[in-house]
Amino acid sequence: MDGYLYYPGCTLKTKASDYEESAMAVMEALDAPLVEMDDWYCCGAVQSLAADDIMHQIAPIRTLICAQEQGEREVVTLCDMCYNVLKRANLWMREHPDDLDTMNEFLDEDPDYEGNVEVYHLFEILRERKDDVKKRVKHKLDGLTVAPYYGCMLLRPSEVAIDDTENPSIMEGLLESIGADVLDNPKRTECCGSYHVVNRPDIVERRVEELVSRMGEMGADVIALSCPLCQYNLDSYQRSTGYDIPVLYLTELIALAFGLEAGLHKHRVDPGIMLKERGVLER
Amino acid sequence: MGEKEEQEMIEIYVMGKKYEVPKGLTIMTALEYAGYKFTRGCGCRGGFCGACPTVYRKKDDYKLRMDLACQTAVEDGMYLVQLPFVPAVREEYDLEEMDPSANDNILLEYYPAIARCVSCNTCTKSCPQELEVMDFVQAALRGDVQRCAELSFDCIQCGLCSMRCPADIKHYHLAQLARRIYGRYQQHKSDALTKRVEEVEKGAYDEELQKLVEMDEESLKERYEKRDITEG
Repeated sequence: MDGYLYYPGCTLKTKASDYEESAMAVMEALDAPLVEMDDWYCCGAVQSLAADDIMHQIAPIRTLICAQEQGEREVVTLCDMCYNVLKRANLWMREHPDDLDTMNEFLDEDPDYEGNVEVYHLFEILRERKDDVKKRVKHKLDGLTVAPYYGCMLLRPSEVAIDDTENPSIMEGLLESIGADVLDNPKRTECCGSYHVVNRPDIVERRVEELVSRMGEMGADVIALSCPLCQYNLDSYQRSTGYDIPVLYLTELIALAFGLEAGLHKHRVDPGIMLKERGVLER
Repeated sequence: MGEKEEQEMIEIYVMGKKYEVPKGLTIMTALEYAGYKFTRGCGCRGGFCGACPTVYRKKDDYKLRMDLACQTAVEDGMYLVQLPFVPAVREEYDLEEMDPSANDNILLEYYPAIARCVSCNTCTKSCPQELEVMDFVQAALRGDVQRCAELSFDCIQCGLCSMRCPADIKHYHLAQLARRIYGRYQQHKSDALTKRVEEVEKGAYDEELQKLVEMDEESLKERYEKRDITEG
């Protein structure tokens, strides 16, 4: 297959369509297009931690069966939640063959899952192609200070981490290759409050205040990340900090460096103002 | 009945009570043969209205099966019960007041329980119309109103999917909303239909209609038989 088999997840089709649009454009420009799976299912968004809760592993495994039946061994995700759930469910089934048997018995209308599909996050693919990214840059983002933010799902638990859990550098490397000024962000692996936004928004507010005000004090012009839920929380709950820092998907910044028009539609804090101020977008 | 021929009889259990009924009947007619009279849970008798969902299990089989009583033949040793009504919540909405384009996922807003889907596919297995029920719920989850509407087009609202769902999703109500939104806001309006409605409103067919109204039954029948259905 030319390019990569791509699992979008529901959020990429709705709230995070900026991320999909920019990631598609960037990968197309790198001659490694993302090709959406013929069939896929909602991953469930949270990994069930109960060892006997196989029910909540059905959704991710069903999607991995879809990849397997498309004759592919690799599937790439953009959303951190989807990445985390698919990767952990896959790992669980490999380490617990009895549970895989139970699963395959239950999914009697589908082919058995053989456990051979590998789950990747887009950043892992971009890391492999960092030189291509650098070559493709049209306008370096110099002058724009970017705070990389990883959150939890790309790094925890360590079995599924895409990088060093304590000291990750994958985003920093990519930001350097597009010429941005990278902020050494001490808050980059802290939690944004995640799903507490549903029933305990006060927790998210506290977390986001702590994160964004620190990044603001350190001089961040924009925050770069890849998790749609972190994006929502950081973007929507930073009002109390007094800062208005745009929270962008890393792929939106790469697209800007490539001179592509993609994404930047759905952010609460309008990125246009800052990007024009720093000369990234034309005034 | 009443024929001289020997009718082969089978045993069925209705709500646990044993009855002898002739082989080859549908569940619905078998129940009537056994003496039950339908005042609810029975409609078109042709598999279109979705009013007669039935739950049964076959002899020596542990699985509960679902179907329409008017479309399923009784089998010897069958245990069965009728579901005259499915008390699932249908959310209230005013189609005219909606703005689906201003919302990333309007279906999720009205039916948030779809986010609980675990992809178990139990809904699909329970559908007497053999629809891809799980797939249209999944389409709804990703905001694809059109796909949800298209995949659910043949839904007859029997409600069996929602009776089986471990996540308490109301598939058939959700899909009805999807079809309504699709029809009202997204589907391409037919130019030919608009033109025809204009013609009708201008009275282009009034004279022809009046002729039909004034015809007696016999000549109306004759006209119907001789109509040309190949044209247009």
